[in-house]
Amino acid sequence: MIELHGVKKRFGEQIVLDGVDFTVSEGETVALMGPSGTGKSVLLKHINGLIHPDAGVIIVDELKVAQLKRDQLAGLRTTIGYVFQNGALFDSMDVFENIRLGLSDEKKFKDLAYSRARVAECLRLVNLSADVAEKFPAQLSGGMRKRVGIARAIAGSPKYLLYDEPTSGLDPVNADIIDGLVKRLSDELGVTSVTVTHDVRGAFRVADRLALLNEGRIVLQGTPDEFRESTLPQVRAFLERDFESLEAA
Amino acid sequence: MAVQDTGMATPLLAPFTGLGRIVLGALGHVGRFGMMCVEILRGFRDVRAWFPRTIDECANVGRGSLPIIFVISAFAGAVTAFQSGYQWQAALPLSVLGTLIVSTVVLELGPVLVGLVLAGRIGARYAAELGTMRVTEQIDALESLGRSPASHLIIPRVLAGFLMVPILTIIADVIAVLAGWYGVKQVLPVTDEDFSFGAQLFYRPFDGYYSVIKSFFFGGAIGLISCYMGFNTRQGAEGVGRSTTAAVVASSVVILFLNALLARVLLNS
Repeated sequence: MIELHGVKKRFGEQIVLDGVDFTVSEGETVALMGPSGTGKSVLLKHINGLIHPDAGVIIVDELKVAQLKRDQLAGLRTTIGYVFQNGALFDSMDVFENIRLGLSDEKKFKDLAYSRARVAECLRLVNLSADVAEKFPAQLSGGMRKRVGIARAIAGSPKYLLYDEPTSGLDPVNADIIDGLVKRLSDELGVTSVTVTHDVRGAFRVADRLALLNEGRIVLQGTPDEFRESTLPQVRAFLERDFESLEAA
Repeated sequence: MAVQDTGMATPLLAPFTGLGRIVLGALGHVGRFGMMCVEILRGFRDVRAWFPRTIDECANVGRGSLPIIFVISAFAGAVTAFQSGYQWQAALPLSVLGTLIVSTVVLELGPVLVGLVLAGRIGARYAAELGTMRVTEQIDALESLGRSPASHLIIPRVLAGFLMVPILTIIADVIAVLAGWYGVKQVLPVTDEDFSFGAQLFYRPFDGYYSVIKSFFFGGAIGLISCYMGFNTRQGAEGVGRSTTAAVVASSVVILFLNALLARVLLNS
């Protein structure tokens, strides 16, 4: 379970998070929405300790993330797969080595036969052919890079998956493929997922619950139906653009 | 008691505010640099991560730097020889030329020239690589996989600096002396026996050690400073450019400072 209580973060004069309360239960997929620049990615990076809060508590599996020692934090991170917005693949390594780095168990990492099998399995899970393993990130399209990023995140069989804007910059067809992948991985692997997005259609399609971050605070957390029925002005303003298409769908 | 704001406080305090910012900025750098050194020491535990990458990095630095080292040391040795020929006084024995060229190259020219050239070549590369990795979240990705950036990225580069700059300096010393030997024979009637005799006459083994010790420190400075600059890059492509420039400038200045310091400590104490 992931819990954030009263999390505050500022960069210089800019207040990014202003007392965020946010919970994700075991096995569910939560979409964290909000306009660009509202701190969604910053919030996500708090969960695996890439950013430390100025105030508040982040608890993952009953462990207070900000208070963990280096080795404990490294251990926790092996249970959290993180999919970066632009893939964040290592340029100097081929796809095989990129995904292999996701193997958190050192014994398995050193076992080349296991590594090859696991990388092939992860590529299959993200709908990529095995020959992609030999390519370098610069040889991949944007959608493929995102999928390789997902393959790397799931290589270590994590308990949690955090997606940072998995569909941003993609055409609608590729965005749909990624959305379907997020949903399928949640169902097949049983992982607990948090996906940061400003794509309302995609969020309603993949998430069990939604949360809207606005001006540093969570305005509403609830099911897709609760969002549809919400009369909160911030929720209406954010969803208005896509509501017609949602209702039509 | 309430203090009335006269509006004069801001202009009067401006110099102190600026000074305070500079001091805080400098302390911030010292703190972050110290933290990076601590991370490096911790990272040494993960031998499996840094050892193979260090071998690769040493090979990259060595192989990639050899051509430029060959060129600059050959020209430096030859120019030293030509200038010696220009300033030569007939009353002096020709064997002194061997002493002059070997001492100049080994004690000063070799290590400093190699240090400054490699500050540009590998210092810029380290800062640009790590800076790009930082702004494209590759370093965050490494951390999110539970792996140490110090073991995977910093230690191999720093060790390659410490190890390869002395080796390249030895090569540069040899090439520069040979080029100087050849060059001086073109401008003055020096025989091989004269040059060889002079080269050995005042040469002490410590001169060679001094050259290597200096280049060891220069290599460490290049590695540590460039990795620090790259690792702390912010603000996209512009930030990478700033870090790269800062890495080359800071490494060069520190090399010149270390050069003076080591000369004072090792030669005059």
